[in-house]
Amino acid sequence: MPEWEAVIGLEIHTQLKTRTKMFCSCEAGFGGEPNTRTCPVCLAFPGALPVPNETAVEWTIKLGHALNCRVAEHAVFHRKNYFYPDNPKGYQISQYDEPLCIEGSFVVPGPDGDSEVRIVRAHLEEDAAKTIHVGGATGRIVGSAHSNVDFNRGGTPLVEIVTQPDLRSAEQAKRFLQLLRQTIVELGVSDAEMEKGTLRADANISVREVGEAGYRTRTELKNMNSFNHIARGIDAEIRRQIETWESGGEVVQETLDYEVKSDTVTPRRRKEEADDYLYFPEPDLVPLKPPADLVERLRTEVPELPGARIRRFEKEYELPYYDAEVLNGSAALAALYEQVALEGIDAKAASNVLMNDFVATGVDPAAVDGAELAKLIAARATIPRESFTRALIESGDPDFRAETYLGDTLVADTAELEPLVERVLADNPGQVAAYKGGKDGLLGFFVGQVMKETQGKADPKVVNELLRAKLA
Amino acid sequence: MIDTLRLTAGEARALLERGDVSGAELRAAYRKAIETRNEELNCFLTLVDGDGNDGVPIALKDVISTKGVRTTAGSKILEDYVPVFDSTVADRCKAAGLQLLGKTNTDEFAMGSSTENSAYGPSRNPWDPTRVPGGSGGGSAAAVSAGLAPWALGSDTGGSIKQPSALCGNVGLRPTYGTVSRYGIVAFASSLDQVGPVTKNVRDNALLYGIISGRDDCDSTTVEVPPVELPEAEDLKGLRVGVPKELNEAEGIAPGVAEAVHRAIDLCTELGAEVGECELPRSVEYGLPCYYLIAPAEASSNLARYDGVRYGLRVPAENYYEMVARTRDAGFGDEPKRRIMLGTYALSAGYYEAYYGQAQKVRTVIAREFDAAFERFDVLVSPTSPTVAFKIGEKAESPLAMYLTDVLTIPPNMAGLPGLSIPCGLSEGLPVGLQLIGPQFSENMLFRTGHALERAIGFDTVPERLR
Repeated sequence: MPEWEAVIGLEIHTQLKTRTKMFCSCEAGFGGEPNTRTCPVCLAFPGALPVPNETAVEWTIKLGHALNCRVAEHAVFHRKNYFYPDNPKGYQISQYDEPLCIEGSFVVPGPDGDSEVRIVRAHLEEDAAKTIHVGGATGRIVGSAHSNVDFNRGGTPLVEIVTQPDLRSAEQAKRFLQLLRQTIVELGVSDAEMEKGTLRADANISVREVGEAGYRTRTELKNMNSFNHIARGIDAEIRRQIETWESGGEVVQETLDYEVKSDTVTPRRRKEEADDYLYFPEPDLVPLKPPADLVERLRTEVPELPGARIRRFEKEYELPYYDAEVLNGSAALAALYEQVALEGIDAKAASNVLMNDFVATGVDPAAVDGAELAKLIAARATIPRESFTRALIESGDPDFRAETYLGDTLVADTAELEPLVERVLADNPGQVAAYKGGKDGLLGFFVGQVMKETQGKADPKVVNELLRAKLA
Repeated sequence: MIDTLRLTAGEARALLERGDVSGAELRAAYRKAIETRNEELNCFLTLVDGDGNDGVPIALKDVISTKGVRTTAGSKILEDYVPVFDSTVADRCKAAGLQLLGKTNTDEFAMGSSTENSAYGPSRNPWDPTRVPGGSGGGSAAAVSAGLAPWALGSDTGGSIKQPSALCGNVGLRPTYGTVSRYGIVAFASSLDQVGPVTKNVRDNALLYGIISGRDDCDSTTVEVPPVELPEAEDLKGLRVGVPKELNEAEGIAPGVAEAVHRAIDLCTELGAEVGECELPRSVEYGLPCYYLIAPAEASSNLARYDGVRYGLRVPAENYYEMVARTRDAGFGDEPKRRIMLGTYALSAGYYEAYYGQAQKVRTVIAREFDAAFERFDVLVSPTSPTVAFKIGEKAESPLAMYLTDVLTIPPNMAGLPGLSIPCGLSEGLPVGLQLIGPQFSENMLFRTGHALERAIGFDTVPERLR
């Protein structure tokens, strides 16, 4: 049996969170009563004309910088022509052979080194309206009883990012998308939430035998609404293609939908995809010529991005890759970690607390005073577990002070603890016998019982010593 | 007693300013003229009963969106369409106090040269009602000529202002592309469409152009325009007038038309201009064929929005695709269908480079050819239309013969240049138009030239049979 390798490229759409739409001044963004955020332009009334949203252009350039793209000196909007009820003009204003951002790369750090994904382009276009097809078995337009169209979303600025087929597994594709999403969010240009549809991804997939040169026929996989679905969908399609080739068949170029319930892919109806979009330059708009000083200014506005920050954390704080990745799960958590680490406490210990105990509280890292948190973490060995947890929960309060909790010291007085230890041993004669018979692991059980008696306030070190002495 | 046949817009404005007439009286006079002659001429598709303004009345071609007033673009597909917004030009007319008389007939989506492609029947030429008024803006031109409006707005893609103005004996300006907002103009071919004035004389034309022109934030292809100067000079001293050979000797130019144009060229010399010959070989040879690739291509896309989903005609059917097909089949006439097919073909994968792409390149060649001519000349002259008004039905069966009526107006349009058509005499008792072509943004020069020639020619704009 040959060994197979997947070849995956992604097409990502991310809705920009500009105040207004791409080509008109209607409010953009998720929500609103259906068809209340519309005007002659985004409803395509006769004679209405598009006017480009400058913020959207600037944000796309910024995103282009984050993807190490070259920003075109001359970019053109094209019309992509097709009939569909979500496309009121009969054409979508998009970009074709002269996109705004070209030829970039995006580095995804990993435990075993970087993987680099080349970016073909990042271009600006307008989103389609939202259609709901009512009646019919498939939820698609063909076979439905009628369709409802909500034009609120229609005309929202959308950036399309296209990668080279540089990804080799579903897991790698998922990780790429997660980091890309976080990068977009940290740039502040989009919420990039898959559940809300402000981030969408389609995958171009083919397989080939390891060592084989060139690419085989690819398919396009759509309709995946979460990172997990993307990974599962890609895996399902890779399986299908391998099975097809191995059974002597041939993969044909087509567009497929991932069906979550059955974990399978199904071909789209042909009629729903135009064969030829009759692209031509949009005559209602003049070419975009971003001035060089604007492009440079936008470059300086790009903050340190999560991919680079992960590597810096590894180096600067000598953290394992895993810690660096988790701490960089959001810009705010990473920033809090740096504040805490700057206070000179043990970097790994701070990481453990932040990654586990702190994240578990759900407190917004941006609300926490790093210096106070550092004090708390530094003193954690002397504070009862319960107090420490309570302190973390309260660490986001504006008047949070670590010293409030430092008074809750542990009970280390042997005179106080000894009677407790004796009572625990007397209450559990069976376990005592088992321990003495060689079950060393039961020591933890006794410690636990003592901690329970003291509501966690006993110093575990002292308890351990006392138990060992009594059981010897 | 207001003689709407003779009253110019400038005179009407002066009467209003002096308080000699009221806006209501002016309106009443034009409404009376409309009642008398519109049935025969079919200029108006929709009449407006007062819009709150009391300035000089105006008629607007029915591709110009008017808030609350039906705008059909001459098509069945928009038969009951009432815009919820004003086009920028309609808005500017309102802001200038002009009162809207109504909306004028046009070939469907401005596609045609005779108004015979209107879904609402052809308009007729006031000089001879058995003849066409030209097109597509024949309704506006016939209305001004017959005294049903003191002035009007048209739109010109391949010659739809200049040609009907010539055929009806009016002054028509197709402005430089980008000087007048297209916002709210039912689009035919976006890279060519331009709104402009149809008037009885050159000064009125400059006046109206001053009202509608200038940068509009709603149309990103517009630019700031130099201040419009009302023409005063009565001579052409120092003006260099070029006579492009191909535009004046093209096949199909009627002898009577050539004769009237020659007399006008001689007048240029008498008025002190230097007249010389020049050549525009590629512009004339390739202008028309390239136009019939670019304009239908853009039209095929511009007309895609008429899908029955949001407004306009809807023919119900079993499913969405069927509904769209039936709506468009029932709603569009033959000419839009023909151009949608031509345009879709020209944009198709595999044909784009050979047709649309190539035509765009030729457009640059045409622009350069004109640029070269303007190094030697300030203004170029030619007939506006190869013939005088033709009979209704004469060319209706041959789209190609109809397309050829625009052979002289299309080349400058392809280069985005302004063109002014002024009447320069009669042939067979029908008006002949002289086309004055200038470099981009040279409207003031065109007005000066047109004004001096107009005075020297002394053309009577009132159709003989109505005098």
